[in-house]
Amino acid sequence: METLLQQIVNGLVVGSVYALVALGYTMVYGILGLINFAHGDVLMVGALVSLQVVLFVQKTWPALGAFPTLLIALVSAMAVCMAMGYIIERTAYRRLRNAPRLAPLITAIGVSFLLQTLAMIIWGRNYHSFPQLIDTTPLQPIAGVFITPVQIIILLSSACLMTGLILLVTRTKLGRAMRATAENHRVASLMGVDTNKIIATTFVLGSALAAIAGVMFSTNYGVAHYAMGFIPGIKAFTAAVLGGIGNLGGAMVGGIVLGLVESIGAGYLGSMTDLCNLPVWAQTANLQETCSNGGSFELLSSNYQDIFAFVILGIVLIFRPTGLMGERVSDRA
Amino acid sequence: MPTDIKTPVLQLKNVQIAYGQIQAVKGIDLELYSGELVCLIGANGAGKTTTLNAISGTLPIRAGELMFGGNNIAQLPAHLRLRQGLALVPEGRGIFTRLTVEENLRMGAYTRSDRDGIEADLERVYTMLPRVKERLAQVAGTLSGGEQQMVAIGRALLSRPKLLLLDEPSMGLAPLVVEKIFEVIQTVVQEGMTILLVEQNANLALEFASRGYVMDGGRITLSGTGAALLADPKVRSAYLGEEETA
Repeated sequence: METLLQQIVNGLVVGSVYALVALGYTMVYGILGLINFAHGDVLMVGALVSLQVVLFVQKTWPALGAFPTLLIALVSAMAVCMAMGYIIERTAYRRLRNAPRLAPLITAIGVSFLLQTLAMIIWGRNYHSFPQLIDTTPLQPIAGVFITPVQIIILLSSACLMTGLILLVTRTKLGRAMRATAENHRVASLMGVDTNKIIATTFVLGSALAAIAGVMFSTNYGVAHYAMGFIPGIKAFTAAVLGGIGNLGGAMVGGIVLGLVESIGAGYLGSMTDLCNLPVWAQTANLQETCSNGGSFELLSSNYQDIFAFVILGIVLIFRPTGLMGERVSDRA
Repeated sequence: MPTDIKTPVLQLKNVQIAYGQIQAVKGIDLELYSGELVCLIGANGAGKTTTLNAISGTLPIRAGELMFGGNNIAQLPAHLRLRQGLALVPEGRGIFTRLTVEENLRMGAYTRSDRDGIEADLERVYTMLPRVKERLAQVAGTLSGGEQQMVAIGRALLSRPKLLLLDEPSMGLAPLVVEKIFEVIQTVVQEGMTILLVEQNANLALEFASRGYVMDGGRITLSGTGAALLADPKVRSAYLGEEETA
């Protein structure tokens, strides 16, 4: 029971990071019908830029506290990523707006490679340790559940960001224009909406969220690396598909659900695949020996937690391609 | 500049429009003066909708001049043409089906920032279209075709246009609903709006219009007052479904 609660907390934390990234996928898909596979790498750039800034600030103003340092790093990472999101849309995707769908998709993969390679040239191939600015030692356990200050901050700030985004999209003039453009570019332009600007804004917003997710990710795990965006990117994409791509609420729910499944799954994956659970007649002599003194032989350890995302992706695409909350895909076709 | 001649609100000079190799509009001239309701009639594929799309800026013109309020707007993107006072109610209404009725209407006022003016204009639209007011919070996709057409017209009016372009407002609607739509159009004209109306229902359009142009195969083949065109035997036989009485 304690394991379950603990894994739920961990799942919520990872899930909210996935949700932030998934929002970027889903916003861009909603407005352009494009899967921006470079989105995960924007997260990576956010993490590495913030790392660079943290190191710089620590060297230049060592007296500055942990929070101001992290805040400066976060803001710089967001600024860089927002500019990058704008440039990517402007140079790579805009001229392919009316091209067949495969062209921008392949371009997106190309942009992803480009960003990774550039990051590799700048930051090298090594893993960088991300300074632990915020305490990662768990607080006093509540009901046997450990939670770290970093995790609390991640949970709270993602909740705020998601609420803010929902309000922006549903309550403001910009949000209305974004939804109108998503539904029909031509008619939106007839209303006086500069659709190019709205699309660019969507990329910029998504990139800002990815930058924040990148900083959260590396603060939580304490590492940054030029290829670190790939797995969270694919998982966030899965989350977006799970929730129903193009649907903001769906991306949030999908992210959280994926985080929970993954982390609960990882908690039990070992004991689920323990070969000692097999009936004795099915065990080999060696295995019987290992198991006899209370040992175990776990086929898959929790390192295999990544398979959950892909199993989910497969299941959703086979049985419910529109996702949990996606009712819109049909009227798009 | 001669001062005795009124300058037209909209003037097309030898406008040509093409889709790739296919020339859809082969050089047309057309003028609209302030306060006029002018209709553009013709068979399917004559180039009427193409012409409206080119005027509103969602389709580029290949050659010719598009004068609006004295400026050539041929190179201006659609969203800037709206700011200059050109509003199009597109064919098929172009409602944002996932937005609510009120959000749709407010999209019409997207370029405006005079909050009081917008609220006042919204009220005017509500009095003109009482059916719309009952459905403000409803998602627009759930409205009937006639209601959607009302919303589309109301939305276009909210940009306070100098010229309103209407593309087939009667399309797919029951006769009773069409009548209501034309009542609304008449009210708008009486308030001083200049309107260019594309319509397949030539009889109805010519009845309301002060002038009309007849398009055929990408060219304007006839023009004149609404009454004159209604009486023209060629128009009667080609577009009003009557036998030519030789």
